[in-house]
Amino acid sequence: MYRYDEFDHDFVKARVAQFRDQVERRLSGELTEDQFKPLRLMNGVYLQLHAYMLRIAIPYGTLSPRQMRMLAHIARTYDKGYGHFTTRQNIQFNWPALSDIPQILEDLASVEMHAIQTSGNCIRNVTADHFAGAAADEVADPRPYAEILRQWSSVHPEFSYLPRKFKIAVTGAERDRAAVQVHDIGLHLKKNEKGELGFSVYVGGGLGRTPMVGKKIREFLPEEDLLSYTTAILRVYNLHGRRDNKYKARIKILVHETGTEELKAQVEKEFEALRNGELQLSDADIAAIQAYFAPPALPARPEGDAALAKAAARDAGFADWLRRNLHTHRNADYAALTISLKGIGEIPGDASADQMDAVAELAERYGNDEIRVTHEQNLVLPHVARADLKAVFDRLVEIGLATANAGLVTDIIACPGLDFCALANARSIPVAQQISTRFGDQKRQEEIGDLKIKISGCINACGHHHVGHIGILGVEKKGAELYQITLGGSGDENTSIGEIIGRGFGPDEIVDAVETLVETYIDHRQGREETFLDAYRRLGPAPFKEALYGREAKAA
Amino acid sequence: MKLLTANRLIDGEVVWLAADGSWVETIEGAEIAHDKDAETRLSAAGLLALANNEVVDVNLIDVEIVDGEIRPIRLRERIRALGPTTHINLGKQARKQTAAFG
Ligand code: HEM
Ligand code: SF4
Repeated sequence: MYRYDEFDHDFVKARVAQFRDQVERRLSGELTEDQFKPLRLMNGVYLQLHAYMLRIAIPYGTLSPRQMRMLAHIARTYDKGYGHFTTRQNIQFNWPALSDIPQILEDLASVEMHAIQTSGNCIRNVTADHFAGAAADEVADPRPYAEILRQWSSVHPEFSYLPRKFKIAVTGAERDRAAVQVHDIGLHLKKNEKGELGFSVYVGGGLGRTPMVGKKIREFLPEEDLLSYTTAILRVYNLHGRRDNKYKARIKILVHETGTEELKAQVEKEFEALRNGELQLSDADIAAIQAYFAPPALPARPEGDAALAKAAARDAGFADWLRRNLHTHRNADYAALTISLKGIGEIPGDASADQMDAVAELAERYGNDEIRVTHEQNLVLPHVARADLKAVFDRLVEIGLATANAGLVTDIIACPGLDFCALANARSIPVAQQISTRFGDQKRQEEIGDLKIKISGCINACGHHHVGHIGILGVEKKGAELYQITLGGSGDENTSIGEIIGRGFGPDEIVDAVETLVETYIDHRQGREETFLDAYRRLGPAPFKEALYGREAKAA
Repeated sequence: MKLLTANRLIDGEVVWLAADGSWVETIEGAEIAHDKDAETRLSAAGLLALANNEVVDVNLIDVEIVDGEIRPIRLRERIRALGPTTHINLGKQARKQTAAFG
């Protein structure tokens, strides 16, 4: 993985010293809250309901065991013994004292981490496929490009005061696991007929109060032009983005109001002026970064499958887990495995300090020193020999992280919601916990099959509800929580925005409503191979509406 | 009926303004404003505390008395007064339990 050079170290150190000074000046009263707030946000510090919150970047979701141990240390020393992994491949600590944050940042800097650009109107943490560098179906590892983008965008003087936040995601496979079409810029790394690497470029995707699917404005952008073209997009956005209205300030609104063709023409014009200039990436530039992401040496371990078959026959729980939580590795002796942070009835994305330490140790012993954080709020060990899976599983059982539910109905994304978030209208996490408990039976969830439920506590959509197969949005109505359901959303290579199905449900009704939807799907599906999403796309909303509201509709 | 609430600057702790002008960590200790004059007085104290860098995010909130106890009208404020409903071992609710058992 990427290692800081001297410049990076000095830069992050200087930034910590600067923030330490700013915090001291705030506490002494030299800075007012109005002066300090933008400074703290630039360093990932929010104020939530109960306390400050610190959001730490995990670039493209890649963590080393040493870094994971530092997160555990921070959880123990300065927070309340746990951390919360988020849909943006970040981690959030919910209880730090402002006075401790400079020291936390210093500790982070010692393992090459920081919280810069995790908030504010700048280019945010660049996200990527969590199976990058491991997946059998990938054309190339997208992370070197994500790292190039990260370096280019870090305190970029021209793009530090954009109209609004700006998010970039990169995938290197046809199967999009990075939700690139709901980002401000989505990049799909691919090869052309000549075998050269480049990107399909999507622009103007996003969720929030105006969800939009990104528009493809380039079928193939040569890799050398990555920064020139991205700069061109940012320039057009920076110039024309709606600074007059923060709800209309995202690039998706600009694309929508300008029209894709016109916007594309503006970008291409800007690009023509920039290309072949100093932003052009040479082969040597790219190779230098790629070297940091060299695949680990994976010795042949052909004994794996026989051992697995034997172990699975003896241990049904292990067999379940093998069925659900493995992803095909490009090396047949290895697997990428998902560590579910969605224990039945538990809080999506939370991990205790002890669990973090245990995962770090597993990555060292069996995982070639690599850990990933997924945008679905799980962890991944990308390179584990199949022969070692049983040992890893047994340890995961001991630490309570062996839930065999990747991609199932209990693998729910939920934002912090009203339990933590100052902007929330309703709670999200308890809804996730109740749904998880209702569907917790392993047989039942597997019978239901792939189904993504995503929950947000307000229209900002941090829980990605618009792209949930079943999306749940919390609103406040007459002082009480109410949950609106959307159906048919999806955040993959066939991205779609879910449609609102009808009136909302109270906190005591929402789980039953979800169960009704699931039962309706089971009744109507053409077989187990037809997933909930496929069935919805075939059937449309009618049978689901009927099941949810039929009686009322008839009574009315 | 209203109370004045805020987060303490140094550590973000949820606090309410008490009758003696101090910021207290439990809602039971808060001063209740029963009329407009009292509300105005609380708001002025809040502005002063903000200017003095004691607290941030100062808000006047609606409450009622239920069974002799202060109960904020909005769920948001009830959650602030107790802690996250998802982590009952954390926040003020946890300290109350410890006190009750201790
Ligand atoms: C807890 C404090 C948080 C605050 C104050 C916050 C605030 C916001 C706001 C204001 C927006 C809308 C921005 C816009 O449309 O321009 C937003 C969007 C978003 N946030 Fe958060 N958020 C928080 C936590 C989180 C967490 C925990 C996650 C990850 C689980 C997250 C991920 C996202 C995502 C994915 C979006 C949608 C991006 C888009 O508009 O396309 N946020 N957030
Ligand atoms: S969706 Fe709303 S409630 Fe949930 S974390 Fe984002 S801002 Fe908070």
